[in-house]
Amino acid sequence: MRKEIRIAGTGGQGIIFAAIVLAEAAGIYENKYVTQIQSYGPEARGGASKADIIISDQPIYFPQTQELDILVCLSQQSLDEYVKKLKEKGTLFIDSYYCKNFNKEKIKTYAFPFSLVAKEKLGRELFANIILLGSLARFTKIVSIESLKKAISHRVAPQFLAINEKALMLGYEIDQL
Amino acid sequence: MKEEIKNYLRLDERFPHILCPGCGIGTIANILIRTFNELNLDKNNICLVSGIGCSSRIPGYIDCDTFHTLHGRAIPCAIGVKLARPYLKVIIIGGDGDILAIGLSHFIHAARRNIDLTVIIVNNYNYGMTGGQVSPTTPKGKFTYTTPYGNLEEEFNIYEISKSAGAIFFARSTTYHVTHLKKVLKKALTKKGFSVVEILSQCPTLYGRLNRLGDAVKMLEEFKNRTIDISLIKEPGEIPSDKIIIGILLDREREEYCEKYERLRKAINEKRD
Amino acid sequence: MRQLLSGNEATAIGAIKAGIRFFAGYPITPSTEIAEYMARELPKIGGVFIQMEDEIASINAVIGASASGMKAMTATSGPGFSLMQEGIGYACMAEIPCLIVNVQRGGPATGLPTKPSQSDVMQTRWGTHGDHPIVVFYPYNVLESFYLTVKAINTAYFLRVPVILLTDEIIAHMREAVELPEEVEIYQPKRKKKSPEEFLYYSEETIYDSEVAYFGEGYRIHISGLTHREDGFPTNKPEVIKRKLDRLKRKIEDNKEKLWDLEYQDIGAEVCLISYGISARTALEAKYIFEKEEKRALGYIRLKTIWPFPDKPLRALLKSAKKVIVVEMNQGQLINEIERAISPEIEIIGVQRYDGEIITPEEILAVI
Repeated sequence: MRKEIRIAGTGGQGIIFAAIVLAEAAGIYENKYVTQIQSYGPEARGGASKADIIISDQPIYFPQTQELDILVCLSQQSLDEYVKKLKEKGTLFIDSYYCKNFNKEKIKTYAFPFSLVAKEKLGRELFANIILLGSLARFTKIVSIESLKKAISHRVAPQFLAINEKALMLGYEIDQL
Repeated sequence: MKEEIKNYLRLDERFPHILCPGCGIGTIANILIRTFNELNLDKNNICLVSGIGCSSRIPGYIDCDTFHTLHGRAIPCAIGVKLARPYLKVIIIGGDGDILAIGLSHFIHAARRNIDLTVIIVNNYNYGMTGGQVSPTTPKGKFTYTTPYGNLEEEFNIYEISKSAGAIFFARSTTYHVTHLKKVLKKALTKKGFSVVEILSQCPTLYGRLNRLGDAVKMLEEFKNRTIDISLIKEPGEIPSDKIIIGILLDREREEYCEKYERLRKAINEKRD
Repeated sequence: MRQLLSGNEATAIGAIKAGIRFFAGYPITPSTEIAEYMARELPKIGGVFIQMEDEIASINAVIGASASGMKAMTATSGPGFSLMQEGIGYACMAEIPCLIVNVQRGGPATGLPTKPSQSDVMQTRWGTHGDHPIVVFYPYNVLESFYLTVKAINTAYFLRVPVILLTDEIIAHMREAVELPEEVEIYQPKRKKKSPEEFLYYSEETIYDSEVAYFGEGYRIHISGLTHREDGFPTNKPEVIKRKLDRLKRKIEDNKEKLWDLEYQDIGAEVCLISYGISARTALEAKYIFEKEEKRALGYIRLKTIWPFPDKPLRALLKSAKKVIVVEMNQGQLINEIERAISPEIEIIGVQRYDGEIITPEEILAVI
């Protein structure tokens, strides 16, 4: 079972960090084969940013995604650009705070205002990346929430752990907000 | 020759040397080892680093660790040596072309970092080893084989470069002023930090001949007549414009790089404990 | 302990495990993470990190430190690697071991800083002026980035040569879950038995695995980039010059068999894929897709050692092959070397790509 996942948005939204946490949750805490690669432009902030994760039971050779199983978009631009890479039976996650134009009918779509939730519940938009990971765990079961928690506690400085865990759970229960 | 001077020379097979008759570099090598002797430096703790050029051949005759590197790259190589073995006295010898043309960026960055190195710049106003071409210190209007109609460019002032880049010591001397030269070399070698000694040296074979400056003796006389020691200058305005100032032009203190790095290492480890 | 690491991180960790204590470098995408790791870690373990003013200064500082007994390395990418060439030649001539990591990006010139390429494989061999062989290894995943870094460093110090580790933007930045060993085997240069009076830095008694002295040990050595005698001093004598250059050649020639490292599968098949680095991962994927669809085997050879070129093992492995497909991200570099090595009876074609995108399995399947 090879699952191809892309997280895309704008530089500064923590796209690559989210991808690393997801890869670590699957690769370290669930013993799966993983590769994580990213593409980036010359800008440190503001440019398009995308990160791909492949999770598999078998060794992964070709490390590039070809047909996405899961696409997560945190910007309208990334949604417009990558939605055609999604498999017919793939799953789309969008940040409805930034993505206004989308056709929900053909594709299985989860639209939540991750950035807005982050801003309103945690005071800062930059937690949107962790919130979306919580939602991914809940709706796709690609990794467990426990593994994500472990990965976050490994990657985040102790003083920011509580708020990141809170973000993760906000995402996990986002449909109940 | 005194035994204690011989002690610093590689006498077997290395002589006779490759320098032209009348060249100033022999004088400089002579004064350098006399300086080592008077400072009582252990030859096992000296590393002489040079690039490519006439003066870069000096280390080969001296019996200590010697490192003949690429053209222009003596300073970065010396930085590697010094950081790996901070207890070594690391001295760079090079010409005006080697250090101020191809190697200039290394020179100013080493000064900025204030790494404990002494750079001896043998300024003979031209590229000698390649046969007399213009260098960054060739005075305007002077003739070389690549300025056959006279040099159009202005020359560098090594003192100003050293000072603004952050060197802690700069002295200028000449191959005529041998006692003076020894005195400033001694001072430079006892400073902790980036020190520079510029030595005006005659190249009678090329620069001297191309500019009709006479033989080595005439060129040395010119050094004698055209220079004035900074200690004799009371008012800055009173120096005639054709005079070259010699002596210690810059002497200041600034924390040295290797010491700072060692302190950083200690601090990191204490924090971890 | 299983951990998620990038190729650059694995290289940096491997380097420190293999004894690297000095790093001089200059920031350049996509190699910079190695410098950043070293800046953080080396001062903790008594090592030295310094960011130099350019890549020329970096390689020369590395040479100075290595000649003083600190195992030393640098890391760079295309433009910086070009600037380092003269220094690499110096390290060959002066016999100063060091590691140079070149994380390949697209070129020429500034090219594609953030995209992978394999267009420096011939530069690693022929980048400097003058005659001398070179050792180059090329990993294809994160774990191997660690192990080949260790091997590169041990090789450098065993042979007293600069060794180049080639990687590419994908191998360097890709993260994988790996388990690294706590300790690795480290080659330590032989202790000196001779006195300073008898010791010769370039003694002809041994040409590798030699006794070595460093600056600051009272041996008063002379190290030079001029063609030199056993004692390091320059020579113009034809027989001494030839002996010196033969020595540089023999170091690597004599150890070829040990340096050659290839991975292969199903070499009895009629068609065989040959690749290295990131492109080998595509080749392997193509092999499995082909076998699943066609129900017959497809040969696969991956070069971990690029130089010295493994001509003899390749010839032996391809005895029964009819067709060879060389997969590489350039306009065709190693394909020429492979063509020279194997039987002229074998058909050889290349799958090449140099637009910043990695080769896909479909592009390989299309030519089988």
